[in-house]
Amino acid sequence: MLSSKRLILAHFWLAFAVFGIALLLGAWQMFVRSPLHTWISNPEWYYRSLTAHGTVMGYVFPTLVAMGFGYSISEAALRQPLVGRRWAWVGFWLIAVGAVTAMIPVSMGLASVLYTFYPPLIGNPFYYIGVVLVVVGSWIWVGLMSVNLYVWKRDHPGEPVPLAMFANVAGSYLWGWTAVGAALELLFQILPAALGFTSTIDAGLSRVFFSWTLHAIVYFWLMPTYIAYYTIFPRAIGGKLYSDPMARIAFILFLVVSMPIGIHHAFADPQVGAGFKFIHSAFTALVALPTLLTVFTICASAELAARLRGGRGPFGWVRALPWGNPIMLATALSFVMLGFGGAGGLINMSYQLDTTIHNTQWITGHFHLIFGGAIVIMYFAIAYDLWPHLTGRALESLGLIRLQLWLWFIGMMVTTFPWHYVGILGMPRRMAYFDYSHPGLAAEAFSVSMSAVGGFILVASGVLFLTVLIRGQWAPLTEPGEYRFSTAVHPPVSLPAALNGHALWVCLMIGLTVTNYGFPIMQLLVRPETSVPAVYVGSQQ
Amino acid sequence: MTAGHTHTSDDGADVAARAERRWTMLSVAIIVVLSGAAAFAGIHQATMPQARVETADPTTLHIQGEFVETNLGSAVEPDGSVTVRAIGQRYSFTPQCILVPADTPITLRATSSDVVHGLLIQGTNVNTMLIPGYVSVLTARFQKPGDHLMPCQEFCSIGHEGMWARVKVIDKAAFNDMASQQRRLSCVE
Repeated sequence: MLSSKRLILAHFWLAFAVFGIALLLGAWQMFVRSPLHTWISNPEWYYRSLTAHGTVMGYVFPTLVAMGFGYSISEAALRQPLVGRRWAWVGFWLIAVGAVTAMIPVSMGLASVLYTFYPPLIGNPFYYIGVVLVVVGSWIWVGLMSVNLYVWKRDHPGEPVPLAMFANVAGSYLWGWTAVGAALELLFQILPAALGFTSTIDAGLSRVFFSWTLHAIVYFWLMPTYIAYYTIFPRAIGGKLYSDPMARIAFILFLVVSMPIGIHHAFADPQVGAGFKFIHSAFTALVALPTLLTVFTICASAELAARLRGGRGPFGWVRALPWGNPIMLATALSFVMLGFGGAGGLINMSYQLDTTIHNTQWITGHFHLIFGGAIVIMYFAIAYDLWPHLTGRALESLGLIRLQLWLWFIGMMVTTFPWHYVGILGMPRRMAYFDYSHPGLAAEAFSVSMSAVGGFILVASGVLFLTVLIRGQWAPLTEPGEYRFSTAVHPPVSLPAALNGHALWVCLMIGLTVTNYGFPIMQLLVRPETSVPAVYVGSQQ
Repeated sequence: MTAGHTHTSDDGADVAARAERRWTMLSVAIIVVLSGAAAFAGIHQATMPQARVETADPTTLHIQGEFVETNLGSAVEPDGSVTVRAIGQRYSFTPQCILVPADTPITLRATSSDVVHGLLIQGTNVNTMLIPGYVSVLTARFQKPGDHLMPCQEFCSIGHEGMWARVKVIDKAAFNDMASQQRRLSCVE
């Protein structure tokens, strides 16, 4: 029962349009920094492009996907029309206007501060105002998800909240709270400096604020993907979800433990002492737990479906899976990338191993595998799954869809594996070009070229993806039936309050954040003379 | 529905719950082992981030304190260890080439005079951020003589790609010989 189709389609179309532009920028960046191209005459172009690529891919694209998917879940899982649709449109337009507001100064070269801002570098205030508008727009969605669940609970006292909505609301709360870190940094530190009210800024403190947002945001990007694993994948392959409570526990764990871990991004920073770095490292290890639980539950769900289809033997059932099904294919490829990316993540999180690869191209490889790979390929799957229900038209290009998914997987592998390798060699990231004629860097030339080729494969895949969706808008009309989520083998009849609501977990999330961030932030606030002069981007040109 | 059928389905649920529990225990064990290994190595100082937070005013670095230009580079301490002091600024390090002895404990003390920089010595796990206002402290030991590249690993605005320095590791005796003649050492003769 999807009644807000125009709203949801608007979110997805804007998301995929900006994704397409940012994808082109990414491939261009790979090309110009590789030996396939001579040095660019103005390296500043590279940093403009990098700022736009990161801002769109990090803030705008996943936020719009989470929102559009979130509205669909609210209507389809709760079987009630969206409450507050007018507000939802306000949120959408805030994001659209915010994205344009941010991108104008970026494209003019007035805000080449990359998407992590880098104070004391200060760009044009409209860049930050645009980002704030995007966040405020998404906060409307957070509020609406909460309100919709409340309305449903009022009408269905004591009933188990559908898993998809339970997870969706957990994701929205995670985002609502994790965005507070960057919001504090933007509103109290960066914007006053950008607008000229202050001329100094505590760069160490702002890095700690940003780390509050920087890691949990990845779990916000991840939420739609995990919701698809649990609530789309088992149904799409003709099976059932192995365990409903385990799914809820995984989402709760993400909500609680992914928040207080961001200081692992500051392992090499001088403004935080060793103790809190260790605590955040240990919590980061803990956040592997929901993923390990998910790997089990999803593989078990796949096995169930395969055995229902006649699969036999300890491993023989794998062949019985419907490999031609796009959702099956996307989930399997997503899991492979999640495996490699997750293994790399365990290295990054390690208190000691991190020093070897901190801020090298390895990190770029890691998060492109996780976000660009494992997460985004499931965004494709979500779109393919939802599209007929949103447009009322069938997606007929099955072969094209399979090709697109394979190209995305191959492209990500060809891009990120060489990045991991040159990262171990010590290649720094975020550089406009390298002098490959230098004997110390010559060994990296081949790997960087490979990554550029991977970038082109990804662009081809992105073009195919948009082609499939656009063709879907003109396909013959069809009656796709009601949009359904997977049911569990043992559907919950009644659930303990802790697994049917978020109050306890939100309190824990906030409590853990306060204990894990309160002390480091207080220490930095009371330490005198740590503010340094702001450096304005663009003024030096 | 027979009683037997209900029984089988309950058994199935039990098997499923057991498998799930075993996997959960295994997952928890993996995480405990990983964190335990990190704690052990940290306590043994295999690699340990700096414990104390130190500050340095970037606007007065050049006129007072330990980071004045004449104090940058390598210096031998009374206990035979070596302290290296360096600063990063757009778009170079000072000194541009750091001279250190092999097989000697080295303490690196560095800061930034403007924006955020990073310092990474290729082929080693020396890797730290330079944040204006704060002093980064790192200990290291180079096994054998050789040259290493030392790029700035953090975006510091246009020109970032040109910010590369060098580290030259030389024989310990040769280093001590030079150190007896000069107070601060750098590759520049």
